[in-house]
Amino acid sequence: MYVRDTIAAIATPLGNGGIGIVRVSGPQAEQIGQVVFTGPGIVGGGGFESHRLFYGRLRHPADGRQLDEGMAVLMRAPRSYTREDVLELHCHGGYYLIRTVLEACIAAGARLAEPGEFTRRAFLNGRIDLVQAESVMDLIASRAERSLQLAHAQREGHLSRAFFAMKEPLLEALALVEAHVDFPEDEVDPTVFAVVEQQIALVLSRVEQLLSSFSTGRVLRDGVSALLLGRPNVGKSSLLNALSGTDRAIVSDLPGTTRDLIEETISLDGLPVKVIDAAGIRSHHTDCIEEEGVRRALDKVAEADLVLLLLDGTTEQHDELPALTAGLGAVPYLLVVTKADLPQRINLSLLTAPLGVCHVSSRNRAGIDHLSRLIYDYFVQTNRLSSDESAVISSVRHRDILLRVLQSLHDFTDSAAQGLPPELLALDLRAALSALGEITGETSTDDLLDVIFSSFCIGK
Amino acid sequence: MHSYETTYEVIVVGAGHAGCEAALAAARMGCRTLLLNMSLDGMAVMSCNPSIGGLAKGHLVREIDALGGEMAKNIDATGIQFRVLNTRKGPAVRAGRAQADKQLYRLRMKRILEQQANLHVKQGEVTALYLEGDELRGVDTRSGIRFLGRTVVLTTGTFMRGLIHIGLINYSGGRAGDLPSVGLSDQLKGLGFEVGRLKTGTPARLDGRTIDFSRLEAQYSDDPPVPFSFSTERITMPQVPCYIAYTNPRTHEIIRSGLDRSPLYAGVIEGIGPRYCPSIEDKVVRFPDKERHQTFIEPEGLDTVEYYPSGMSTSLPIDIQIAFYRSMAGLEQVEIMRPAYGIEYDYVNPVQLHATLETKLIANLFHAGQINGTSGYEEAAGQGILAGINAALKVLGRQPIMLGRHESYIGVMVDDLVTLGTKEPYRMFTSRAEYRLLLREDNADIRLREIGYRVGLVDEATYAGFCHKRQQIQEELGRVRATRLSLDDDQRQWCSRYGCSDLQKGTSFEHLLRRPEIGYEQLQEIDPQVVGLNAAVREQVEIQVKYQGYIERQLEQIERMRKQEEARIPADMEYRAIPGLTSEVREKLERFRPDTLGQAARIQGVTPAAVAILAVVLKGKGEQCSEP
Repeated sequence: MYVRDTIAAIATPLGNGGIGIVRVSGPQAEQIGQVVFTGPGIVGGGGFESHRLFYGRLRHPADGRQLDEGMAVLMRAPRSYTREDVLELHCHGGYYLIRTVLEACIAAGARLAEPGEFTRRAFLNGRIDLVQAESVMDLIASRAERSLQLAHAQREGHLSRAFFAMKEPLLEALALVEAHVDFPEDEVDPTVFAVVEQQIALVLSRVEQLLSSFSTGRVLRDGVSALLLGRPNVGKSSLLNALSGTDRAIVSDLPGTTRDLIEETISLDGLPVKVIDAAGIRSHHTDCIEEEGVRRALDKVAEADLVLLLLDGTTEQHDELPALTAGLGAVPYLLVVTKADLPQRINLSLLTAPLGVCHVSSRNRAGIDHLSRLIYDYFVQTNRLSSDESAVISSVRHRDILLRVLQSLHDFTDSAAQGLPPELLALDLRAALSALGEITGETSTDDLLDVIFSSFCIGK
Repeated sequence: MHSYETTYEVIVVGAGHAGCEAALAAARMGCRTLLLNMSLDGMAVMSCNPSIGGLAKGHLVREIDALGGEMAKNIDATGIQFRVLNTRKGPAVRAGRAQADKQLYRLRMKRILEQQANLHVKQGEVTALYLEGDELRGVDTRSGIRFLGRTVVLTTGTFMRGLIHIGLINYSGGRAGDLPSVGLSDQLKGLGFEVGRLKTGTPARLDGRTIDFSRLEAQYSDDPPVPFSFSTERITMPQVPCYIAYTNPRTHEIIRSGLDRSPLYAGVIEGIGPRYCPSIEDKVVRFPDKERHQTFIEPEGLDTVEYYPSGMSTSLPIDIQIAFYRSMAGLEQVEIMRPAYGIEYDYVNPVQLHATLETKLIANLFHAGQINGTSGYEEAAGQGILAGINAALKVLGRQPIMLGRHESYIGVMVDDLVTLGTKEPYRMFTSRAEYRLLLREDNADIRLREIGYRVGLVDEATYAGFCHKRQQIQEELGRVRATRLSLDDDQRQWCSRYGCSDLQKGTSFEHLLRRPEIGYEQLQEIDPQVVGLNAAVREQVEIQVKYQGYIERQLEQIERMRKQEEARIPADMEYRAIPGLTSEVREKLERFRPDTLGQAARIQGVTPAAVAILAVVLKGKGEQCSEP
């Protein structure tokens, strides 16, 4: 049910940005603005002028305390993103501060927006269409530049074009079949079925091609995960910090400091990579808390897209290696030899791995860029992602639609092979078109008749 | 104006295929009915081709019959060639088609009308609706009589401002040899109806004595001919063949040489013609690579030498007509008895109708047939019976009927018309029906008899017969499900004979029937019960079993759409007050004023988002006022 209440949310990414924006949408937006924001331009001028940025102070409605100085802009309906009255409050960027401004808006009568609710309103109010809406949702969810590019490309229509490119041959095939059904006495050549089957084979290959882009598309949007695995004190946390450039993981020289999983999302040339730092693995544990951590690390292996298997370059013995690589199963891994800034005693014959070996020093950053490049290349092979021009699907909904198209086309091929009559073949083609129609829009009977009458000389 | 003494309950204007069904339906439902036609010799005339049925059209004829209409019985009694088309395809797309003896067809229908109780048949040209304020009170005729009536069904065919074209010559006429109807469409325009212009055409009629049939390929009737009506036992009329002839490059050359005098190509005709029934000059121009076009030379009756060359309609000048018909093999000496012509006429945008065929602008006024932009006798008759039923129900103070897309071709047609409108003469195709596998000729009675009975058009005896058939189908379905292979020696031999030795003991007969190689014909060899079975019952069971998977798929789709189809939108819906609708969508909804959410969803330009918003608003309204 679509209720026209007023919603509010933090519009900027969480983190330490220079500024933060709280966005409010709905009929009470202006009223809320007047409660939480006071500025000379507004008090003196008798309210907000639409689409004008005002300077002023943010206050909490409960006790009137001043929260911050900031800017506010009101965009009156329908000239706003949601086509409702939209208020944006710009304040300084600290997480706690933004959170307080949001609370102030809620105290003034707004409701906390559900994820994606602004876009949903924009969609419901006819501001954007479904493909755009989904693309915007991806845009919001994407955390890195590459994803942004993909989301933009989708909005620009690469994907739309790819879907429409499938629709046309499907429609032509259906027209051939329907002409055969509806005009038995007109001279519709029965050999048309050879053409139909060719058309369908063509579409099938396009569907499969697009479907195969899904993993790439998903990788670009959701990002990928890489799990750091290795003996205690091999330098996993240091590597995480080196890769991400922060000191989030607690680093110490005491083995077993990391007892929980620590995740950090890093951006490798625009590719979001969630690096998971797990507890060290060794055969004898000194306490049971760590035991739990190790178990969880091994559980995580199956979910990881890539494992970085760390070996200490300063030690000679690596008895754990065969057992570890066996435990990884099918999960691909990179061998990372750590502590390259110290004298190396590792047995070089150990160092073979299908995806490559990399020597790094987290302390002086030697080899870190090379490792980043290896990780990036693994996920974004240049041949898997040819260029910005290619259509890539990243939404699960699009994938599901394509899977339904695929299924219907396989049904068609089977039915045709069994020699089923054309009205049943038409059913499969219609199912495929109708699935596709969820993206490209309905195919009307008139579209179909247009194709029939322009392809065949029909009529008594 | 002289006001006539009788006040009618239903006045039907026009006695073509729509008007005849409308008048019969209303009168049979007990309403005092008047049928007016410009000429009483011009009732139920087949103005164009001498045939009834064909793909999708045959389906319509069966539906009209199931509802209690007359068309199927009329063609069964006067048809001179019956064929079932698409016999090599599945049952859903099989359809009957019959050649009619045109005069017999018209005369039998006239007789039926004249014998109908509650029905007055009168000659008169309606020049205006008679309204008092906004209220429809009756009709005025050219001869000065005002007929008072509570409801009016307009079926004007090609007569409103009809303009006949033969080459660059044109003159007013409702049909070759008939006067046009003048005045009515101007009044409709004044009342706010969107009146547009359509074009159609008909070929020349040829003198059979001047055709060399020995050089043409004959096409004969099916033996035995399959009737249209569920009530007809067998066809008794003598059956005659049609003949197939072809155009050739010289024909095309002649046609091209006359294009400069074609009213279509010279831009004289403003109306839009049907793409599916192009004139021969259209075919030649649009498909220049085609070396020949096929035509069926069809008899117009048993007692006439007139023949109808199908697919050869034209509005080219008469000299070109004579030359191009004579350029065809077998027609070298042919004499034209009636020239071919194109005709333009006024129609009213059908989006201004409810799905009951009552107009949205004027209560108690119904439109049916070509006035709604359709083409074809069967399409007209299907609307006629629906309009007649609903006019009568209105008089009787009962709820109107609306036929759904999932239950009939009539429903598909009406829904298409009222939600999409039409820019060319609308013809039925099976591809227009999304539930095509369910809307078969063979089950039209199962789909619609009940409705026909409920409104009072199907008599008790016919209905009892139908109920018996329906029950037998259920029983037989149960029986084949329960009966199983014992796989004794006989059955084992039988299995190997039909290539199903893989069958296990205990397999149900239903399962057997599902196999493509097995039908009742094969089954009866091991199942003595089959012999006593009614053929129509056998047919239904076999189809239902064989296509069960597909049928269930379509039934599921219908179920998914049901909520949307059933959600009624109040007639006074304030679209302006609904937030979130784009101005384009709002404009469309204001213009179409759909009756249901389902209709709204099918209007072009109404987005899924808009439908979602409407659904929410309707839900809200439903909660506010709990009465239905």
